Amino acid sequence: MTPPAAGSPAPSRSFASILLAPVKLVMGIIDVPLRALQKATGISGMAIFFLAPNMLIFGIFVLLPLAINFVYSMTGGTAFFLADRTFIGLDQYDRLFECSNYLDPMSCQEDAFWTAVGNTGWFVVLQVTLMILVALGTALILNRKLRARSFWRAVFFFPVLLSPVVVGLIWKWILQRQGLLNFALFEMGIEPHNWLTDRTWAFVAAVGVSIWAHMGFYALILLAGLQAIPKDLYEAAEMDGTKASRVFWRITLPLLAPNLLVVVVLALIKAVQVFDEVYVLTGGGPGTSTMFLTQYIYETGFASQLRNPGLAAAASILMGLVLVVLTLLQLGIGRKTEPKGGKK
Amino acid sequence: MGAASRFIFRRRGGKGWHWTDIVTWVWLVGGLLIMFGPAVWLGFSSFKSPAALAEFPPTILPYVTQQVNVEGYEQPLALYEASLPDGSTQVLAEVRRIGIVSQMVDPNAPGEIIRVNIGDRTPVRTMSFATENYTEPFVQFDFVQYLWNSVFVTVTATLITLVVNSMAAFALSKYEFKGRSVAMLIILATLMVPLSVIMVPLYSIISAIGLFNNLWGVILPTVATPTGVFILRQYMLTIPDELIDAARMDKASEWQIYWRIVLPLAAPALAVLAIFSVVWRWNDFLWPLIVLSRRELYTLQVGLSIYAGELNVQWHFILAMTVVTMIPVVLVFIFLQRFITTGIAGTGLK
Repeated sequence: MTPPAAGSPAPSRSFASILLAPVKLVMGIIDVPLRALQKATGISGMAIFFLAPNMLIFGIFVLLPLAINFVYSMTGGTAFFLADRTFIGLDQYDRLFECSNYLDPMSCQEDAFWTAVGNTGWFVVLQVTLMILVALGTALILNRKLRARSFWRAVFFFPVLLSPVVVGLIWKWILQRQGLLNFALFEMGIEPHNWLTDRTWAFVAAVGVSIWAHMGFYALILLAGLQAIPKDLYEAAEMDGTKASRVFWRITLPLLAPNLLVVVVLALIKAVQVFDEVYVLTGGGPGTSTMFLTQYIYETGFASQLRNPGLAAAASILMGLVLVVLTLLQLGIGRKTEPKGGKK
Repeated sequence: MGAASRFIFRRRGGKGWHWTDIVTWVWLVGGLLIMFGPAVWLGFSSFKSPAALAEFPPTILPYVTQQVNVEGYEQPLALYEASLPDGSTQVLAEVRRIGIVSQMVDPNAPGEIIRVNIGDRTPVRTMSFATENYTEPFVQFDFVQYLWNSVFVTVTATLITLVVNSMAAFALSKYEFKGRSVAMLIILATLMVPLSVIMVPLYSIISAIGLFNNLWGVILPTVATPTGVFILRQYMLTIPDELIDAARMDKASEWQIYWRIVLPLAAPALAVLAIFSVVWRWNDFLWPLIVLSRRELYTLQVGLSIYAGELNVQWHFILAMTVVTMIPVVLVFIFLQRFITTGIAGTGLK
């Protein structure tokens, strides 16, 4: 819907005005019952009317599922309709936590869950640490006196726009046995390798590809933070002949700290939910070496032969708790500036 | 040379090369290769025939060995440039290969068989773009349908997102009413609820209202984005209340104020949200994967991932369809990237 220009435009028969004529007509027709509504409810009633569609959709597709999720996690069976499910109390949680040895995930009844938790934990630590370091480096470099800075900024941002399926397939193509990486290594005299069928390398690839795909977003926020640091601080430091490393540790880093913290929490929230690009890249394999929590929930709930939606719901609630803690942390940090969030 | 080298070797300050200058250039040039390289490589690969794709070492551009029809042979024969024992080179067609000896004929005089060591011949190759990689999936498989489904989901969801979110943002920025802060809180709270946390019960709701295996089941849960409400509300707060009061004096209804005054003035923010929404919906993967289980309903992302996951991966088709899937996003990147980057940098929202 293209809004018309403010103040009615000159009656020129431009393409835009022809295009807008039906919109105007529809809006005019909608206006008739709405005027009546306004008469009945007053102006504040209209506010509720404007808010209603959004709240309705939030209610049905976010709040209701959230509430149902708790009930769901306390029921058993394979049926999807809540009414067809039997109440079993906390059995699903018991099942998730039933282990003969708490130090060995393979001894648990749901060893797949704990494998996914372990994988996700390692992934979060590695991916977030490395990605923030690379993003910080990129932001610092983009913040220097550069010609064509917006071009370079765009370069690092490009993969952020790609879909996870495209990202997964691009790298699957490069990392395959006869792919570009093996060719480059072959040229350097290094033995080609089947990257995605090796447990360790597949995990490294998952971390690397995910950094490649998301780093630009965080670099962009950090760059905005760097550019908000007052220039006169640097000028003063230069006049005093301060060493560059000292300027970084004493000016840049402390003043960037709030942004850095927000970025770290945002990245953590995203990393806990890692799924799509890795799923396309490796399918969770080889074995279960790149299976993460979201994939466990998806497969337990929908994809596997012995699907158990109740168990998936219980696992998703545990994951939700982690995310709530992280988000509250983020809101606490972001409160002073503006509302910030990472949800699509 | 002067101006160019001065540009390339621009340095921090003026007193020789500082180590940070080197790091900067290595980082930027390396970044250029690593960020664009894979996608460009994919693009080049997508024009190769299956035979060229299986080649190792790979070439950047798509080459095929030239073939020729020779009198007396049914199949077209591959052309090679062979160095002959007398030191001359000649273009010959290969009839067959026995061990390390290749039996060849002169295409112009096919009577006599010439034996050449395979080390002494190189194929005659020409560049050839395998455009059938692009056309065949559209004709043979359902990719036209996938493309249409993706376009439908993206356009519809974006339009609804703009209307629903701008109405909510209008209410939250320009009215004082009971429950406003509760509504703000609810919207804020939904930021905390990603799809992976609610996908099981959301699926049960979608199938309960009959939207399983329905494109509307993909569209509806996505249209009320908290991000969208925030972007629009922040922007609408800057619209002066006097404008709205003046319109009320002129007996404009609240609906007219919304669509004739507030919407046009919020056009820049609407544009940013529209761009975001198009990219999000085009790229959505997990939710469509759950909701759509019939082939004719797949979006491009789902269809592509399922084709790529099949046992017998036909990489030449997959690569071409990946490029098709990438096109809208690359167009957004080329023409509208500035809006997105300033949008993110300004609000910290993605």
